[in-house]
Amino acid sequence: MLEVKNLHVSIGARKIIDGLNLTVADGEVAAIMGPNGTGKSTLSYVISGREGYDVTDGEVLLDGENLLELEPNERAAKGVFLAFQYPVEIPGVATMTFLKAAINAQRRARGEGELQTPDFMKRVNDAAAKLGVSKEMLRRPLNSGFSGGEKKRMEILQMALLQPRLGVLDETDSGLDVDALRTVSEGVNALRAKDRCFLVITHYQRLLDYIKPDTVHVMAKGRILRSGGPELALEVEETGYKDYISEAA
Amino acid sequence: MRLARERSSADLALEQFFERRKHDRAADLREEAWDSFTRKGLPSRRVESWHYTDLRAVLREISPEAAEAGKPAHVTPPAGVVMTSLREALAQGDVEVMAALAPQTGDAAVDLNAALMQDGAVVRIGAGVRLDHPLTLDASAAEGASSFTRNLVLVGESARATIVETAPPLLARGQENHALVLQLAAGAEVELVSDFGPGDPETVRIYSLLASIAQGSALKSSAFIWGGGLLRRQIFATLAGERAAASFNGVAMLGQRAHADVTLVVRHAAPHGKSRERFRYIVDDEATGVFQGKVSVAQAAQKTDGAMQSKALLLSPGATMNSKPELEIFADDVVCGHGAACGRLEAEQMFYLMARGLPRAEAEALLIEGFANEALAEIETETLREAFGGKVASWLGARRLQSKGDAR
Repeated sequence: MLEVKNLHVSIGARKIIDGLNLTVADGEVAAIMGPNGTGKSTLSYVISGREGYDVTDGEVLLDGENLLELEPNERAAKGVFLAFQYPVEIPGVATMTFLKAAINAQRRARGEGELQTPDFMKRVNDAAAKLGVSKEMLRRPLNSGFSGGEKKRMEILQMALLQPRLGVLDETDSGLDVDALRTVSEGVNALRAKDRCFLVITHYQRLLDYIKPDTVHVMAKGRILRSGGPELALEVEETGYKDYISEAA
Repeated sequence: MRLARERSSADLALEQFFERRKHDRAADLREEAWDSFTRKGLPSRRVESWHYTDLRAVLREISPEAAEAGKPAHVTPPAGVVMTSLREALAQGDVEVMAALAPQTGDAAVDLNAALMQDGAVVRIGAGVRLDHPLTLDASAAEGASSFTRNLVLVGESARATIVETAPPLLARGQENHALVLQLAAGAEVELVSDFGPGDPETVRIYSLLASIAQGSALKSSAFIWGGGLLRRQIFATLAGERAAASFNGVAMLGQRAHADVTLVVRHAAPHGKSRERFRYIVDDEATGVFQGKVSVAQAAQKTDGAMQSKALLLSPGATMNSKPELEIFADDVVCGHGAACGRLEAEQMFYLMARGLPRAEAEALLIEGFANEALAEIETETLREAFGGKVASWLGARRLQSKGDAR
């Protein structure tokens, strides 16, 4: 379970998140919608531990443990997974080398034994087949020269291999055509489970046609202004964000 | 008067070496090189091409001469290859060898090598010969001594070979001035992989490559520098014939107070030549990297295609990189470019890897390895590519152990 309590975040003198509260229960898929520049991506980065943000107050708890004290890799080992809006290209690092290093680093951190190569290969190949990730893509350096859609599929492939407790999807639909959106969404849906929760961050309702959320939260000016069921997303699609922006001001 | 300045103890020692050496059949060549050297003396920062590597300041004392330096190990050459020692070739006045020994670079260290060369291997690869396995040439000297050695490889027309030039770790204080003369006849293809092992902090090593690449021939060179004291890799290459191709790649992995200088001069003398220079530096601790690259295109060398690039990754606040790329173009129809980049590990890449579970040190090592891998990818011979990949990984392993030790 993810609990964000009274979170205040600044970058320098600028306040980005202003007293945000949010709970995502096990098995739940929560969507966060909101206009651009409202702090949605900041929330995803603060949960996953990127540097450069000042958390001035509040807590982010995963299964009752405060994540804010931990390094990004320690959070990952506890089960946090961020699917990046812009996955980073790392030339020179083979995708397979990276995948194995990531899986085994998390296993070591949890006191589990390292995965042996045949087992690792089988898991990668199975996950890759489901997501339409080609062998050729796996042979390339990580995300290097990948199209937008390929990068997003690679993110979901990593999530499938790492089996997190919490998946944070930051604008996963951006830059995807309908076919890629469907593939990626199917990949995410296949990972929905009783012991896993998702935070799906999106600007558009479109993604939520494919990944059906249990709860929808509308965020503006660094706070959650309304929460509801899937119908809230449709309402937002109809009315836009302008009411929320004036409400928050 | 030859020496306008006051002669140092190093100058005197070198003069003694020369007195002992100038009596063989290469005497004229040695004399000429010695004259050229003494007009300049050991290069200091005031010499432009040695600006970042003050050899005069470092070489205050010359270690005693190594006995039998450069004497080639006795090996049975593969079919189509003839091997002899430089000493024997000089004693016999081998005309082809003599002719190949006199490239005029104007560089003081090469002059000194020509004047004082003791021994080395002479390898002739016959026309049309295709070698399946790499030939290994030793560039090593005795430890705790100074040595002047030279290997000569003459590659016949349309021959094909992979050559591994190795300088094993030089652990005791030692000084080495080694040259490899590599001449490719028309249509020859050579891959040269040079492995300059780590050295003791007191070592001073200069490895020169003097290459000439004839019509339609191709040289692909990769150099690995693993640190130590002062090391300079100099490359003087001439693309002498039409459609000659040359690529010079390399990686320097430098820690502690190592100083590694790669200085290259690539001359395009004929049309339709292609050259690529790509060097990468990983500079840690208080180490210093130097890249000086000059691509010179003669007026006759129309349609030259040249690109030069150096990239440095600085891993500590005390690390230094000096880059000086130069183009000198006298032809009007060419495509030539250069680039130099210098930076730290990218925060975005670090965060991405850590967000997937890699601890900081492991994420750093993976990125550094990735940076080096891009140069490793240039090695065509798969077994060598893998072997050097292993060496990069061990260098990084040692670095991590060291940083853990420092943290304790």
